[in-house]
Amino acid sequence: MSYISLTPLDLVLAGIVLLLNGAISVAFRLGLERSIAISTLRMVVQLALIGLVLKFIFEATSPLWTAAFALVMFVAGGYEVWSRQDTPIAGWRAFALGASVPFIAGLAITIFAMTVIIEPNPWYAPRFFLPILGMMIGNALAGVALVLNTITNGVKQDRISIEGQLALGATRFQALHEVLRHAMKTGLMPILTAMAASGLVTLPGMMTGQILAGIDPMDAAKYQIMIMFLVAGATALSVFAGGIGAVYLLTDDRHRLRLERLQGIDR
Amino acid sequence: MLRIDYLRTAPLPPVSFQVKDGTCLAIEGPSGSGKTRLLRAIADLDPAKGDVFLDGAGRNETPAPEWRRLVRYVTAEPGWWTTTPRQALLTQSPQLGDGDDERLIRTLNTVGLSEKILDEPLTTLSTGQRQRLALLRALADDPRVLLLDEPTAALDPTAAALVEELIRFHMLAGRIVLLISHDAKLRARLATDTLDVSALRNPAHHTIPPIQTPSSQVSP
Repeated sequence: MSYISLTPLDLVLAGIVLLLNGAISVAFRLGLERSIAISTLRMVVQLALIGLVLKFIFEATSPLWTAAFALVMFVAGGYEVWSRQDTPIAGWRAFALGASVPFIAGLAITIFAMTVIIEPNPWYAPRFFLPILGMMIGNALAGVALVLNTITNGVKQDRISIEGQLALGATRFQALHEVLRHAMKTGLMPILTAMAASGLVTLPGMMTGQILAGIDPMDAAKYQIMIMFLVAGATALSVFAGGIGAVYLLTDDRHRLRLERLQGIDR
Repeated sequence: MLRIDYLRTAPLPPVSFQVKDGTCLAIEGPSGSGKTRLLRAIADLDPAKGDVFLDGAGRNETPAPEWRRLVRYVTAEPGWWTTTPRQALLTQSPQLGDGDDERLIRTLNTVGLSEKILDEPLTTLSTGQRQRLALLRALADDPRVLLLDEPTAALDPTAAALVEELIRFHMLAGRIVLLISHDAKLRARLATDTLDVSALRNPAHHTIPPIQTPSSQVSP
């Protein structure tokens, strides 16, 4: 087995299939032609650029460039978490929570994988470091986004019961216990579902990629199992820290519920 | 003694007053005039500048959960997080369950609730039953100050009379009561003093005289 490189002509041929999308939109008057064109263009430009950037970073094998790329992931991750909220918590602290929790959890797990499990040389070799960090952050931020959204919706819905408990002398964590528990559970469901379904319903993207690149399927499976373990760990850390952080952001040190910190909510 | 010191809650000007042990202060004013917000601020459920002292201990020097164990706000729209009245009362005061159900039953009976509802789902109770149960729950661990927001709003005259008796009993036991009620007769019977918040908004009353000590004087 070997790796087969694609020529530009191959891509043009694959692009013909995309015309199906346009054809359906025109035939059924979905009015999506513009969106299809923009999405296609963005996809091609973004992936081509990222290919160029990664090629440069991999060849440079410099800790500085690796860190710079990780920083981009940090900010993009924060935006992604924030954009997935029905009513985001206002202020920079909420953005910082959404950005830093998946990043720190992902970074910790990635460093663990690089130094103890994969051990490339050097340990921060960007070819290993950045894809793994990306997978960790991507999954962890999905978990954090879910936790934050579930908590903010939960406190809005259960405001009367939460304030009732606070009025009877409960601490903020006692009063928000049920909401927090539900949110953490919700945040962990996707990764558990993904683990249970992987291989049967979906072949994970990384494993598919490795098989296409000519790796022995058993080796690809082993890599995928490791990644799943790491992703589960990063997600669990993030869901926990994100949930606790959200409770602090939605209450204050006098154990008051501060719903006015949610955007668009007024007391 | 509960002392309110330049407490600021929108839309009211800063207010100062004090209420002596075993007395009741009625808080009057039209809807939306800030009566509920004043009580919530005293219980420290909303941020508010100024200070509140209970027997000389400041609100900000007491951990918030401990403050609200002593200074208890009882809302007109109670929230529920247990399934049955028994759980609701025992969560707040486990001692009520010592021995058999006698103490629980006696507690329910004081406001005209039957012991039959002890293990009924809360959702099957009427609004009036739930309101009385919420009051019992709030009184179960013996707070020092009762901030009662429309305690008889959903009650028929008989139940309201029993609730009034219960409040009177707690005043006799030395507790401090602040009362919001649309029922002027109830206010007149229970209250030792009255604070009219609509009068506070009149600029002529903005200057607050020094706090007087002899009785639960209301200033201004």
